[in-house]
Amino acid sequence: MLAAILSLGCIGMIAAIALGFAAKKFAVEVDPRELAIIESLPGANCGACGFPGCAGYAKALVAGTIDLNQCPPGGADVVAKLARIMGVEASAAAREIAVVLCQGDNRKAQVKYHYLGLEDCTAAQRIADGPKTCSGGCLGLGSCERACPFDAIEMTVDGLAVISREKCTGCRKCVAVCPRKVIRMTPFEATVHVLCNSHDKGAVVRKYCQVGCIGCHICQKTVPEAYKIEDFLAAVVYEHDIKATEALPKCPTQCIRDFAEGYPDGSTLLPAGADKTHAA
Amino acid sequence: MRLKTFAGGIHPPGNKQWSAHKPIEDCPLPAEFIVPLAQHIGAPSIVCVAVGQQVAKGQEIGSAKGFVSVPVHAPTSGEVVAIEHRAHPWGPALAAVVIKPDGEDRWSTELQPAAPGDLSADDMVERVRLAGVVGMGGAAFPAHVKMSPPPEKKIHTLIFNGVECEPYLTADHRMMLEEPERILQGVALLQYVLGAERVVIGIEANKPDAIALFTEHCAGTPVEVVALQVKYPQGAEKQLIAAVTGKEVPSGGLPMDIGVAVHNVSTAAAVTDAIVHGRPLIERVCTVTGSAIREPKNLRIRIGTPLSHLVDICGGLVEPPGKVIMGGPMMGFTQLGLHVPATKGTSGLLLLRTAEVDLNEEGPCIRCARCLQACPINLQPTTIAAYARRDLVAEAAEHRAMDCIECGSCSYVCPAVIPLVQAIRYGKAAILAKKRNSP
Repeated sequence: MLAAILSLGCIGMIAAIALGFAAKKFAVEVDPRELAIIESLPGANCGACGFPGCAGYAKALVAGTIDLNQCPPGGADVVAKLARIMGVEASAAAREIAVVLCQGDNRKAQVKYHYLGLEDCTAAQRIADGPKTCSGGCLGLGSCERACPFDAIEMTVDGLAVISREKCTGCRKCVAVCPRKVIRMTPFEATVHVLCNSHDKGAVVRKYCQVGCIGCHICQKTVPEAYKIEDFLAAVVYEHDIKATEALPKCPTQCIRDFAEGYPDGSTLLPAGADKTHAA
Repeated sequence: MRLKTFAGGIHPPGNKQWSAHKPIEDCPLPAEFIVPLAQHIGAPSIVCVAVGQQVAKGQEIGSAKGFVSVPVHAPTSGEVVAIEHRAHPWGPALAAVVIKPDGEDRWSTELQPAAPGDLSADDMVERVRLAGVVGMGGAAFPAHVKMSPPPEKKIHTLIFNGVECEPYLTADHRMMLEEPERILQGVALLQYVLGAERVVIGIEANKPDAIALFTEHCAGTPVEVVALQVKYPQGAEKQLIAAVTGKEVPSGGLPMDIGVAVHNVSTAAAVTDAIVHGRPLIERVCTVTGSAIREPKNLRIRIGTPLSHLVDICGGLVEPPGKVIMGGPMMGFTQLGLHVPATKGTSGLLLLRTAEVDLNEEGPCIRCARCLQACPINLQPTTIAAYARRDLVAEAAEHRAMDCIECGSCSYVCPAVIPLVQAIRYGKAAILAKKRNSP
């Protein structure tokens, strides 16, 4: 009995000393700031900073090889925290969010063939440039929805991706995955967008989509500084977008939308309300 | 006697009775030719004529760009009315030369016939390249590339593919019945160029008339005629090699790695035209068939003929087609309409009624393993497809996704209608993209 207690006690003692020694001797030095930074980051490992995950970004920050406003999901709060940890002054990068520049769901836009394949936009795009007649429109198979780490994208019943202004952090994952480049990054303050991605002539667009931009220039004539038109497609000039709403009622195909008023048809998302004061 | 074949494969209904007995007819010239500059595997040709220019039949209108590329020629004499992007059988609109025929059908004077005895093997390969000859089985791989293997890869066995295992198609069958001399002259020329010791013509057993005819023609010559079991994809290159030689092309390798070259019988005929007559590849035989066409036919068409013209020549449509396929039903390309032109690889035009088209929705995999039995490469299609759909690229590559020949046997037998081939193709594209991006 006593022998057993003693021998086990001795073994325990020796092991404890060895472990204690090893812990001191082989300790990995971690900058305490790195740990603090990992604590403050959102922890979604979304990759928007260009690193595989939050830990990689934290390491680069401590090494001083990257700016501390490279975490779009974190926003201004995280930048302030990181600045405090690193003991420097910094201001947040302007917040950007992703917008799907299309309203042509399966009811409003024509399809050129009946697609019965993989539920994936990239796979569908490989078959005769995708099932939609419009070469720029949203295919509605939800690749962006599955790529979004923040659950910010909703697919409507009729097959259109709609991105929540509240949930989108601007990580750009959906932009990278979309085979048709119909998702664009826009300033968060801008709520008015021309929701079309077709560079075809107006007469062609009218044939395949009820809500496509026909390049009629009416928006630009109404508010010249707020709109530009290239290759038969209008776009909001985001530096001067404050008056863009004035052209809204004049657009003949209703392809300009103010997200402060509402999301595209079929979306269950609720507008966040007026997050900017309108000129009207 | 058991007929030679490979392991795996499927037995789809042949449906060749629609057109197998119809002699080849010359298709009248259409009102307009649309000749795409990309018709072959490899770099598209570069246009070398201008709008408004008069061209003669057989004149080069697009020149080859690089080694794996071939020139494109005018299918008839006439005026170049446009050089623009037109609808293409591959899907997106691609650059094409639009020619309005003048009705004279005048040959270019630059084309010179030659006596094969005066030509060296290299001259012959060059003549084939200048004539724009590609594999006529459907894939349209430039023929001169297969005719000039690197010196360390000696070709000892030359196989001619007269299998035509795709259901519905009878173009090669009719070619073999009606023009055996033209084919056999090409066979002899290709044997001379490649220096092969053994020459085999493989024909599927559902064409007994062609087997008998070629056996008779080849009596007393070194050319063997081999009857092969009726099974899909018997005419796929690697399966044909396995059936004829009993050897397997190594994974990731080419037939030349085991000293074998395979050419289609129609390619042999085009090689004869190119070497002996100096005539470029501007026409081919195409089977227009299916239940939606009034009168199925085998037509000798010029490259660049719009599909709608072929339909008109065959008596028009019985009803608006539910599906239009260029090529055979297993590996052909589904078309969005009849406005696209026929290319060098267009072995058939298949028009199916709406009622025949399978529009069932995909269901879950029930683990029946039919796709494993059907796969002629011994892959696990369902496993590779599952990995590909989840973007597990490394795992898909580990299961040999790159060895898939996309024959469609797995999709054909799948009771759950899973788009296996589409998923595997998606996976293959992802594997290639990954390889390109990593150093």
